[in-house]
Amino acid sequence: MKIRRSLTRDHAPGATTPSGERRPRHSGGALCVESLRVETRHGVPIVQDIDMALAAGEILGIVGESGCGKTTTARALLGYAADGAVIAAGSVAVGGEPIVGATAADARRMRGSLISYVPQNPAAALNPAMRVGDAVAYMLRTHGRSSSPEAVSSAFTMVQLPCEPSFLRRYPHQLSGGQRQRVCIAIALVCEPRVVVLDEPTTGLDVVTQGKILDELLRLRHEQGVSMVYVTHDLAAVAPVADRIAVMYAGRIVEIGPAARILRRPRHPYTRGLISSTPDHLTDRALRPLKGVAPAPGDRPTACAFAPRCELRTPACEAAVPPLRDLDGRGVRCIRAEQVDPLGWSVHERSREESSLAEEVLSVSRLTAEYKSRQVDLVVADEISFTLDRGQAVALVGESGSGKTTIARCVAGLHAATAGEIRLGDQLLPGLAKDRTREHRRQVQMIFQDPADALNPQHSVRTTIARSARVLRGLSRAAAEAEVQDLLELVRLPRRVAGRYPRELSGGERQRVAIARALIAKPDVLVCDEITSALDVSVQAAVLELLRGLKRELGLSLLFITHDFGVVAAVADDVLVLDRGRICEAGPVSEVLHDPQGAYTRELLAAAPSISQAVSESADSTPSPSGRGVDGGPPPSVTAGPDRQGGG
Amino acid sequence: MRLPLFARSRSGIVGLTLLGFVLAVALLGPLFAPYSPSEPIGVPGSGPSSEALLGTDVLGRDVLSRTLYGGLSVLWLGTVTTLLVMIGGLVLGMAAGYLGSWIDTGVMRVLDVVLSFPALLLILLLVTGLGASIPVLVLGVVAVQVPSVARMVRSATQEVATRGYIESAVARGERTTMILARDVLPNIRSIVVADVGVRFGYTIILIASMNFLGLGLEPPAADWGLMVSENRPVLGLNPLSVVAPAVLLALITVAVNVVADAYAQSRGGFDVVADDFIAAHPGPVKSDSLATS
Repeated sequence: MKIRRSLTRDHAPGATTPSGERRPRHSGGALCVESLRVETRHGVPIVQDIDMALAAGEILGIVGESGCGKTTTARALLGYAADGAVIAAGSVAVGGEPIVGATAADARRMRGSLISYVPQNPAAALNPAMRVGDAVAYMLRTHGRSSSPEAVSSAFTMVQLPCEPSFLRRYPHQLSGGQRQRVCIAIALVCEPRVVVLDEPTTGLDVVTQGKILDELLRLRHEQGVSMVYVTHDLAAVAPVADRIAVMYAGRIVEIGPAARILRRPRHPYTRGLISSTPDHLTDRALRPLKGVAPAPGDRPTACAFAPRCELRTPACEAAVPPLRDLDGRGVRCIRAEQVDPLGWSVHERSREESSLAEEVLSVSRLTAEYKSRQVDLVVADEISFTLDRGQAVALVGESGSGKTTIARCVAGLHAATAGEIRLGDQLLPGLAKDRTREHRRQVQMIFQDPADALNPQHSVRTTIARSARVLRGLSRAAAEAEVQDLLELVRLPRRVAGRYPRELSGGERQRVAIARALIAKPDVLVCDEITSALDVSVQAAVLELLRGLKRELGLSLLFITHDFGVVAAVADDVLVLDRGRICEAGPVSEVLHDPQGAYTRELLAAAPSISQAVSESADSTPSPSGRGVDGGPPPSVTAGPDRQGGG
Repeated sequence: MRLPLFARSRSGIVGLTLLGFVLAVALLGPLFAPYSPSEPIGVPGSGPSSEALLGTDVLGRDVLSRTLYGGLSVLWLGTVTTLLVMIGGLVLGMAAGYLGSWIDTGVMRVLDVVLSFPALLLILLLVTGLGASIPVLVLGVVAVQVPSVARMVRSATQEVATRGYIESAVARGERTTMILARDVLPNIRSIVVADVGVRFGYTIILIASMNFLGLGLEPPAADWGLMVSENRPVLGLNPLSVVAPAVLLALITVAVNVVADAYAQSRGGFDVVADDFIAAHPGPVKSDSLATS
């Protein structure tokens, strides 16, 4: 359904390859991986027992949380292991030609021409000193092909980028994130490889851009007959594009099979846990976070690595590594797979009982904020007004550049608004934190996006949390440190964490410390700026559940900044949709998500990935190389938005 | 009490041993000197003998005694000057990097002007204006080096200043000096310490050159830098009169550098800026990992 338009139209420029001829479909297996094992220099396995095969034109999604070996596997497919790692055993063959064990010269020849790689971060993947046209030409020349202007510009046309010379002469920094990613894909595809390995190709992009890139991949697969390995932590992003999915945990594939089958009825407890912790704006189900964290290489249990986190654990699970066995049309590495319950789409109660008090805590009226640069004053927030009641959660949603973070920074006193006012209760708040009273600063606390960045690496958890109480509540060191234990308990962290340093904690633990630091000030308003976007889904689910609980227990008001509608559905009561600094839609979450009024909101919602939507679409049409869900009707629970291709 | 991490690494042990040796020579040397450092004991420029183990210098004084006496001035002048250089560089660099705007522009332009003078010319100008004395010498050496330290501190500070923990402290309304002391300084510590080694070496060389030009310590003071210059005429007769102080000068410079580097390395992983710094300067690219499979 998503790519209906681009598929039914004849894509004249993209249908031919840079060399000008219609590409023949590859026949037979494109990629074959057998008992692949990558380990550290010291013999500690990073990934092991990886078996998979990829047919021509097939898209395989590799999903899992950070540290499970996704990227290591992706690189090993190119016969490459990062610094400190070696491919210890197994074989990888691309189009029948082995790449693991090939000579360095052979491997270099194969990389790019037979199998290519789109790295994680498009901003860092392009040489900033090389014009994008030259970058594509360089790839062509490396593999002994003609780098004529026609070849280069047809590569740009292929990924729907402008191909006029002025565009080819741009540098990467002059392109948007989505354009850069398209250049990376053009480089990967220009030598007509059989397989493209994409490592988190849409992470860090807006939902709308992400949607466009995903459509692009489907179209290219269709037109070029290229197979793709799509590595991501985001099950919702890969759900609509993948034919098959491989779920990795602790270095092994724990479940592999047809995407629709796995998403509808996961058979491994980990897969099930991943799906139920992925927020989905189209279903009103409660998030069910997985307990615990994934073990790092070296700390992995010798038997089933998931057993310590598994509710179905039996003594047999801790005896041996379960084999990957066939069940219900997919491979699953679990001896209790038959006992895994179907996904329950339990609806979470959207309790608004607190709102009966309707005590207004924060009110923002006609707030305007701008950034001054030498030439122009860039208005990033334009006459923003909203109120926040006690115990209420308001979400500010928008793409990057919509001004949502600036509004949060204005509320927290980190950015002085140009006009408008912010009131806390009945008191007017000065613009900058240094001009506010200590009481004001105590009442509004901000939690930042990246917990690794938000904690001073030189201070222990105890010092960090206590400092907030000492500065904002004037407590003595002893009194503040005495309270730290209670706060750690409140954010569900073990007491021993107090003596640790941030580097010794996982991402989720760090974010809990940051939340504890905010809570020790006993705030009324908690400003959360994309606080889960740097976290894994299971950790995100746990943090979101924690905040929902705290909101109820402490009567906290939350101002939640996010780009993710799934997160909005999981925590917020009301939502404000921002478009280039203006509020374009506002209202209760259930209304805005299910019956959006504005065109922009509809566009955002249509682009937002959703597992339930992917599953319901695949029910209407089985995946085929000719396009997924071409005949699928609109999903039942959402009003069909306008075509995102915007007329091509 | 356990030794700090850097003192347990191999380079830390080597560096500390060397440093200990040079410090022992400089501080305890005078107690063991067989002669007075200023009285001639024999023929100028005579080689090693049983009376004078390292021979005599250009005026017939005992090289061994002068070497044992000559470390103190190097040590205290070098230490005090380096400390002043680092303090000056830290204050100016952190102020410019953290406060930004016109303070940054002002401070950096002034430092650029200072930096544009050749080091010796700048010190000669100061000496001409203020007369030759130890304080003027120290001032000159500080003025020469502060700009480059400040530049480095400024860019490290700018990197730290955008971190979330700084914003968090700003949102709590903490004083700028507190933020600089608690959040910025500890996180740029390792690159500053690594720089101390380089600065100390350069300071000693600068002071030695000033002594050589006769603008610092006056003969007959015993000083390793001064000895290297004053004994040049007898280099052919008794090479040890130049080599002995020169070796000690080299040793102290190397030792301070090794210790500072070992410290900075031991902070890797503790310190965000150091990590980024190491990440930006990776080791030589290894041949393809394929070869091992």
